[in-house]
Amino acid sequence: MGKLKTFTRRSFLIGSTAIAGGVAFGYYQYKQPQDNPLLKFPKLNQSIITPYIKIDQQGVTIITPRAEMGQGIHTTLAALVAEELDLSWETIRVEHGPASSTYHNAAVLEEGLPFAPTNNGLMANSIRKLTKIPAKFLGMQITGGSSSIVDAYEKMRLAGATARAVLIEAAAQILKVDKTTLFTYQGHVVSSSGEKISYSELAPTAQKITPPTDIQLKRKEDWKLLGKSLPRIDMVAKCTGTAEFSIDVNADDLLYATVKMNPNLGAKLIAYDDSNAVSMTGVKQVINLNNKGVAVIASNTWYALQAAKNISFTWDNAPYPASTDEMFEVVKNSFTEEYIDSTLKQEGDVDSAITNIDESFETIIKGEYKVPYLAHTTMEPLNATVLIEQNKIQIWAGNQNPTQIVKEAEKITGLTPNNIIVHTTYMGGGFGRRAEMDFIKYAIEIAQHTKGKPIKVTWSREEDTTHDYYRPLALAKFKGVSTNHTIKALDLQLACPSVLTSQMGRMDIPLAGPDVSIVQAAWEQPYNIEHYQVRGYKVPEMLPISSWRSVGASQNGFFHESVIDELAHSSGIDPLTCRLNLINHHPSKKVIEAVAQMANWHTKRPKNIGLGIAFTLSFGVPVAEIVEVENTPNGIKILNVYAAVDVGIALDPRNIEAQVMSGIIFGLSAAMMGEITVKDGKVEQTNFHQYDAIRMNQTPNIQVKVLENGEKIRGIGEPGTPPAAPALGNAIFAATGKRIRELPFNKSINFV
Amino acid sequence: MDIKVNGKTHNLVVDNDMPLLWVLRDELNIKGPKYGCGIAMCGACTVHIGKIAVRSCTFPVGQVYDDITTIEGLGTPSAMHIVQRAWVEHQVAQCGYCQPGQIMSAVALLTKNTSPTDSDIDNAMSGNLCRCGTYPKIRAAIKTAAINIIQEKHTMSLIGTSAEGDSNG
Repeated sequence: MGKLKTFTRRSFLIGSTAIAGGVAFGYYQYKQPQDNPLLKFPKLNQSIITPYIKIDQQGVTIITPRAEMGQGIHTTLAALVAEELDLSWETIRVEHGPASSTYHNAAVLEEGLPFAPTNNGLMANSIRKLTKIPAKFLGMQITGGSSSIVDAYEKMRLAGATARAVLIEAAAQILKVDKTTLFTYQGHVVSSSGEKISYSELAPTAQKITPPTDIQLKRKEDWKLLGKSLPRIDMVAKCTGTAEFSIDVNADDLLYATVKMNPNLGAKLIAYDDSNAVSMTGVKQVINLNNKGVAVIASNTWYALQAAKNISFTWDNAPYPASTDEMFEVVKNSFTEEYIDSTLKQEGDVDSAITNIDESFETIIKGEYKVPYLAHTTMEPLNATVLIEQNKIQIWAGNQNPTQIVKEAEKITGLTPNNIIVHTTYMGGGFGRRAEMDFIKYAIEIAQHTKGKPIKVTWSREEDTTHDYYRPLALAKFKGVSTNHTIKALDLQLACPSVLTSQMGRMDIPLAGPDVSIVQAAWEQPYNIEHYQVRGYKVPEMLPISSWRSVGASQNGFFHESVIDELAHSSGIDPLTCRLNLINHHPSKKVIEAVAQMANWHTKRPKNIGLGIAFTLSFGVPVAEIVEVENTPNGIKILNVYAAVDVGIALDPRNIEAQVMSGIIFGLSAAMMGEITVKDGKVEQTNFHQYDAIRMNQTPNIQVKVLENGEKIRGIGEPGTPPAAPALGNAIFAATGKRIRELPFNKSINFV
Repeated sequence: MDIKVNGKTHNLVVDNDMPLLWVLRDELNIKGPKYGCGIAMCGACTVHIGKIAVRSCTFPVGQVYDDITTIEGLGTPSAMHIVQRAWVEHQVAQCGYCQPGQIMSAVALLTKNTSPTDSDIDNAMSGNLCRCGTYPKIRAAIKTAAINIIQEKHTMSLIGTSAEGDSNG
């Protein structure tokens, strides 16, 4: 039997007699209870309507409804439940679970608010709570914004604790003892006389019990799993080639396809000639995809890829400027009143501070910084598998937003959400790319031509790189005044197309107010500079753009922290000390002090060694990084990177370190060599020979320290990225005296 | 045409110039080797032909000259290869997509060189791209595996058997 059929069976398993004695637990209370999608199938007559835990004869399965793209989220979400439910780690099974608004992410909108994470005032906290209401209303089961842990921290512990209380009650009924005499241990309820009943055995009784609402969570001091470095649930599968990504989904009669869309992004297909392609080996059909491009259907992905190369096209022109230079002109021309999007930081009077300087002890510095478009290039090229049969559609895709897939499938096929089943697989990288819907929509459109047969649509790497939703290009203009050992004034103006407008437009959600991501990681930095202004300009959209690991912080961290460094050097003070002097936020100070110690910042190095520091507060996480480079005769060698981060509460220290390490390498790769350019309307870089990233030979030693001084728990998938580029730039300056204001650095300097 | 993969012979009816990767994945349903770039630039598709690591995405199936081993042939979740065990010990994988290729490159390296230096590791592994940036852990896992291979060989020689079966790529 093909794997697809196994999948189908598994998705119906909860309705089958195999777990007729099964029970689903969980906790969700948000004024009004939400549906439990685990109970979608009528055979299961459940009285408990809660969505995170399934117990059947085989044991406990935890629903971990955030997508696993490498960040280890399934492991930590499972640990939140397992801690409260007293499960032994080795027995845990997890499933991503179905697409459902019940699993909406209530924390993801927080970063977009015009309140600094350091602002814990009544107003800021009230508005933060309010964002949870539209989040619920939108019902987006989105994985992104380093928000999964923030969202789940209480929710999933409560689910575990609630289930535990019900299982104890069930055991009390069976054993006819007072429930206060019972305790739980490794998947069992145990009585004072030593009787043990497994959770599986208790499930049939438990399902008749209404869960209590007065649940106590364990004290942090009593945690057995949380706070420890746990072996990742997906590790063995990922080291043995048995982990299933959507590109690996198999089925009987599976057809294979690829797409070739207009490289002038968003423009139409005028005409094409597939006469050579259709007669090639293995090719079954070439389909016009809504006059936007074509799909080739074949008996093997390779036949489809080959045939796609043998189709000639007439494409319509791009709806945006045809070259990178022209695009940067548009950005440059956006620094005007008309394009002002926000001025979220306004302290003192920057204009007067800059105009009226006393040259005897003050210095003014002005300049412009520049960053290019970037691609996501996840290791797994975009793909999805779709089967449409008898008024039902199944979609297998690594994705960051399954509820949006349901909406898109509904729009394309006219099927009702009940008949749209999304299987969210492991992702071979996401970085924001898999929150987009294009690759899934195309696969659904193609599957409408192959009804009754499953079809897997795999993009070539070339299609993937040239048809991304890119990290936007951006420019920054700054004016600053340095004075005796400090920074007196900073005016930072940031111009960038709006990621949110581009994204929300594709989802038909209107955007009101400013796009905070244009100024993210610049306006809310905890520096006390006397005259301080950060203004955002919203540049017209050109290439389609989207979230790219750390979003606006990916460029603004570079802008802000390079400028701070320039001003610190100009004021004659050590740039690390300058930051410490200007920052009052306790957790932020602590990460800077920690990283200084890790790197022995104050120990003098030889002249050709340079240390650069950068600090960024993004997604609520203060991160300080120090990069150590050597200026060799052949170029810059990155020797060491030191990082200190504060996540408030560290649930899995080793995984947090791994995420920070990953974020650093992601950020350094882009800073050193990442650049997407456009010529004649088309993206010029097609594959890894032109759009590469750090390899083993350029990987520095990396040390990470995780602190817990922050006020609340935070996510760590993204915050490691933003300081990497400015710390590298600042280190290059320290080692060479050369201040590079444009990324990627390899346009100005060699790396070895 | 016949090819032998992980000890099993398969008869194929495909174009001779079809890259081995697509034979493995779409014809034989062996999904460990991954498609990443199609131009031998990322190493996600790495398999062994004999004991040599090759990029199967550009290697025509018609030119296969020896038996093929993929990650599935190296070890299984319940009986992992010594290098896979080191990978788990160091918790290397994040998204995991490139790791089958990384492990196959590492096994090929350790088959020739049981005490690789940092620069040997750089040379053998720099063809394998990882967008999650797991390189520091890969380096550590290779070093652990190297020590374990030597220790197991030593143990095996003391009890008079060969460790070849385990480290055989």
